[in-house]
Amino acid sequence: MKGSTKKKVIQFFGFFLLRCCLFLVLAVLLLFLYDIGSKGGGAISWEFLSTAPRRGMTEGGIYPAIIGTFLVTMITAVLAIPLGMCAAIYLNEYAKQSRLTRLIRLSIRNLSGVPSIVYGLFGVILFVNILRFGTSILSAGLTLGLMTLPWTITASEEALKTIPNSYREGALALGATKWQSIRTNVLPYAIPGMLTGTVLGLARAAGETAPIMFTGAAFFLPMLPKSLGDQFMALPYHLFIMSTQHHAIVQVRPLAYATALVLIVLVLGLNMTAVIVRYRLRRKHR
Amino acid sequence: MSAEALKIRMETRDLDFYYGSKKALDKVNIACYENRVTAIIGPSGCGKSTFIRTLNRMNDVIAGARVEGTILLDGRDIRLPDVDVVDLRRRVGMVFQKPNPFPKSIFDNIAYGLRINGMRDKKRLEAVVEGSLRGAALWDEVKDRLDENAFSLSGGQQQRLCIARALAVEPEVILFDEPCSAIDPIATAKIEDLIETLKKRYTVVIVTHNMQQAARVSDFTAFMMLGELVEFGVTEKIFTNPVNKLTEDYITGRFG
Amino acid sequence: MTKKTTGRLKESAIRAFFFACGVLAVIALLGIFATLISTSFPAFKDIKLSEFLLSKNWDPTSPEMEEYGILSMIMSSFIVTLGALLIAVPIGVGVAAYLSDVAHWRVREIVKPVVEILAGIPSVVVGFLGIVLFAPLISKIFNIGHGLTALNGSILLAIMSLPTIISISEDSLTAVPPAYGEASLALGASRWQTLFRVKLPAALSGIIAACMLGMGRAIGETMTVLMATGNARTFPQLPQALLRSVRTMTANIAIELGEVPYYTAHYYALFAIGLVLFVITFVVNLVADVVLHKYQEREL
Repeated sequence: MKGSTKKKVIQFFGFFLLRCCLFLVLAVLLLFLYDIGSKGGGAISWEFLSTAPRRGMTEGGIYPAIIGTFLVTMITAVLAIPLGMCAAIYLNEYAKQSRLTRLIRLSIRNLSGVPSIVYGLFGVILFVNILRFGTSILSAGLTLGLMTLPWTITASEEALKTIPNSYREGALALGATKWQSIRTNVLPYAIPGMLTGTVLGLARAAGETAPIMFTGAAFFLPMLPKSLGDQFMALPYHLFIMSTQHHAIVQVRPLAYATALVLIVLVLGLNMTAVIVRYRLRRKHR
Repeated sequence: MSAEALKIRMETRDLDFYYGSKKALDKVNIACYENRVTAIIGPSGCGKSTFIRTLNRMNDVIAGARVEGTILLDGRDIRLPDVDVVDLRRRVGMVFQKPNPFPKSIFDNIAYGLRINGMRDKKRLEAVVEGSLRGAALWDEVKDRLDENAFSLSGGQQQRLCIARALAVEPEVILFDEPCSAIDPIATAKIEDLIETLKKRYTVVIVTHNMQQAARVSDFTAFMMLGELVEFGVTEKIFTNPVNKLTEDYITGRFG
Repeated sequence: MTKKTTGRLKESAIRAFFFACGVLAVIALLGIFATLISTSFPAFKDIKLSEFLLSKNWDPTSPEMEEYGILSMIMSSFIVTLGALLIAVPIGVGVAAYLSDVAHWRVREIVKPVVEILAGIPSVVVGFLGIVLFAPLISKIFNIGHGLTALNGSILLAIMSLPTIISISEDSLTAVPPAYGEASLALGASRWQTLFRVKLPAALSGIIAACMLGMGRAIGETMTVLMATGNARTFPQLPQALLRSVRTMTANIAIELGEVPYYTAHYYALFAIGLVLFVITFVVNLVADVVLHKYQEREL
């Protein structure tokens, strides 16, 4: 009897400890969101969102950075979404169990573990130097696209896996070719899921700094870029500058907070939409 | 009823089947006669589903699957390199264990097989859809709701929809892979009646774990165990006077 | 017949197209590796490999004697990462165990997406919070001039690797066959004992893989450490190093690549650091992958 009481006490404290771990994590997240929300919210105004920085970036807004991040994310999407989806279609629909398939999967998993700064180095060599795109939106977008590719592949494959095999077999049994069965009976139902998964990848790419630092992001540009060959301002890089490189860091801290808030709203907004939609879709397919 | 007078539509000769290194079928010889129903029975895992899926090469899809031996459709080996598997599957239709309507409207489900073969003519599509649904004894139940999603149908109706969908591409042989295992007894009776009428126009092969069903609907029965064909013959004879002791034990319910 | 042939041709062409997209991943990985090797190679015309890897002094712009030793940075990267793991592993595994074994499924359904939100916070924002939130706190608690230290970096990296550790550990705990737990409970063990003595050991390989993946992410993280660890070029001595500024490999590349003249020994040396970083993360991820796969195969 004593033993069982002791067991219960230990279990009580054990579970309590685990619960504390969870509360700690949630508290950190809340602290983050609260700090940025409360201190950044005050500095946000229409002017902040719609004008360029002024007076050595101690006044004014972040409009060029918003536009720059938007443009570079578009390039990322153009590279990573179609390629990622097609690679996922190959892996989930066509690939047989073979050494090559295993190699491809291994490469994808390892690509997603390559540090973002290494992608930056690769971008400098391939896009900036070899392909002569210079430091530009194009180079930065392609670098980010490459980095996003393994995420979009994995996410798209997850979406394809939720489509029951009976859709494929049913189509094949009626005399559909492989591609017909995929095109008419798999993709229409998988594409919403594939897109939400890839949006998650894009959201992460939009918040990345290291890969764009040396491939196209600029310290300060009052004008908007005129072409994809121009340099650009980006929200995450702007936040980095405002919080560590500025000559009057303390003075511009409110602007840095506001930039962080805009960035986080943008990234988490995309993120949460995708997560919610994905949860709904999962329910539907069950 | 003498077997010799009938025409053989499909036939397997010394059919072996492997999943990787595991042998799932061992020297199976079965003939399927025109306008007759051939039932494949046996305990679970005996290879009956594997067998029926080789007849329209659905097993090609499975990684590591390998077939040896001969499978003939009208005397021609369906595994020859110049045989188009897509064309083969149109000629040899299949109805699966679980009803698998596509998440489309009833009309689009039936029209699917025609559309992928390039038919766009609305009038003809409508005619074929009606004909197929009538053929599957479903027309009267769904004629006013062809635009509804196929998932709104009951399980038994879904299975008849799948039969209608198979009929629409005008197959010559129809394979049923345990078509009633996922539906209720009343719906099962309807499908059995349907099979009875279908055999007037088609060659029918049915896999079933239900011996009474085999006895009711089939003309020929093959009894399989552990990947081997134990006995094949006229259904009546198999059920009343089997040659093999194993067959007798199985149909009298001593194991299963 | 011709229609059939063109049909088949079309199918093969489509297949080939998708295959090309799939193989691109392999090409990209090889391409990154090849680029790093070929760009770092010229560095070793001027720098001895042994000096590069084993010397503690990095001073490429010195007027008298240029020095290219990255040992301090390697050590700094490892210290910051190790600190992060010491914080993140117990908490992460604890959360995973709570979610898989204690929490109501409804709590789990809510918490899992919330943890994903944490994963979605950009590293530059985490670094910013390191500067404005954690660093002042550290400087106050330990009574030091500023809080931009290795410890600060460790805390932030721990927060960033938590989502990876939590979600993969939770997956592997959930994948433990229920029969194991039931058998233990039937013998009179409490749920806590079952969790601790049966389920955690059974899921161990998955949890180890989760920690390795978290580690890979922490070593390669750039912006956070660049902003939050002070970037002093000194050799870190444990244990004081936790409260000193350190400069990791990633931070060093980020700081110097912008100012370095192209095609000099210094430029190539930065790529060589990138190569070292690539090799380390590659090995860590590969080991995690092998561990994770072994365990998945066993489950099958």
